[in-house]
Amino acid sequence: MDDRTRRRRIHRQALSISLALAPFGIVFGVACVQAGLGLAEAIGFSAIVFTGSAQFAAVGVLGEGGGALAAIGAGLLLNIRSLAFGVLLAPSLTGRVGVRALLAQLVIDESTAVATVQDEHRWRRYGFLAGGLAVFAVWNLTTIAGVLLASVDDGFITDLGFDAAAPAAFLALLWPRLVGAGGAEGRRIAIAGGLVAVAAVPLAPPGIPILLAGVGVLAARRGPGAAR
Amino acid sequence: MSPGFVVIVGLGLGTYALKSAGPLLLGGRRLPAPIERVAQQLPAALLASLVVVSTVVGDRSLVLDARLAGVVAGGVALRLRAPFIVVVAVAVAVTGVVRALVG
Repeated sequence: MDDRTRRRRIHRQALSISLALAPFGIVFGVACVQAGLGLAEAIGFSAIVFTGSAQFAAVGVLGEGGGALAAIGAGLLLNIRSLAFGVLLAPSLTGRVGVRALLAQLVIDESTAVATVQDEHRWRRYGFLAGGLAVFAVWNLTTIAGVLLASVDDGFITDLGFDAAAPAAFLALLWPRLVGAGGAEGRRIAIAGGLVAVAAVPLAPPGIPILLAGVGVLAARRGPGAAR
Repeated sequence: MSPGFVVIVGLGLGTYALKSAGPLLLGGRRLPAPIERVAQQLPAALLASLVVVSTVVGDRSLVLDARLAGVVAGGVALRLRAPFIVVVAVAVAVTGVVRALVG
């Protein structure tokens, strides 16, 4: 595949995954207003915290009347996986300290997803940047839209099925690892990860099941077929 | 400072610390080979768990609703080698239709 084709494919991946998040950005803006937060605070969350699940958790706690510490704790717990993503991405995010410090702000589920489906470090970096910047723009714009829309009924997100956009986008990114050469191992790991997440959902706080799914990798490696 | 801004600053700093630990402290250094191999396998597990959790989880319990039909339809689209954006569009459309029919 030549560089241009490769870049275009990455752009498509970044665009699709960021557009898939648009409904959630709107929902987040609506949630901010419901929790009594203003436009500046909503943008503060989406630009500075910039991690959807942690934002939802923190605003949820505030909305239920929880204190600032409880809100921060809930958000951070949900965000431990960012540490794993950062370590995973580190070999591709090289450069001067200042550059790495800026890039780190874009470490999120979606930029990690777009980066890790590329097979060389330079394309991983490119995918990370494309995914991260696209999501940053869409996420903040739709947050603003959500705050402005908040007076309108927010049922339209689920009514139209937009809540299926993100899982479908994640599935599309997972797909290449399930088919073709190495697909058997990918399927084994994916099934293990999915099962661990499902099992952990009722037991662990939100966000932790996704982290625990990493354990599924280790389990799958010990499973049948691992001793080749 | 309002509680909202306290949370933004506190959660923002904490989140940034988590995000930046890898890129800032590890830099371009390679991880030991066994860890690198696990790291290569991690995305499949993480993506699978993200698919599962965002499809069948609501409010900390398993919820089977129209999202599942939509994501399965998205899987069929992938099987038919549909492009990324079509996969997402199919999933959204099927979820919306199923929800409208089933209620």
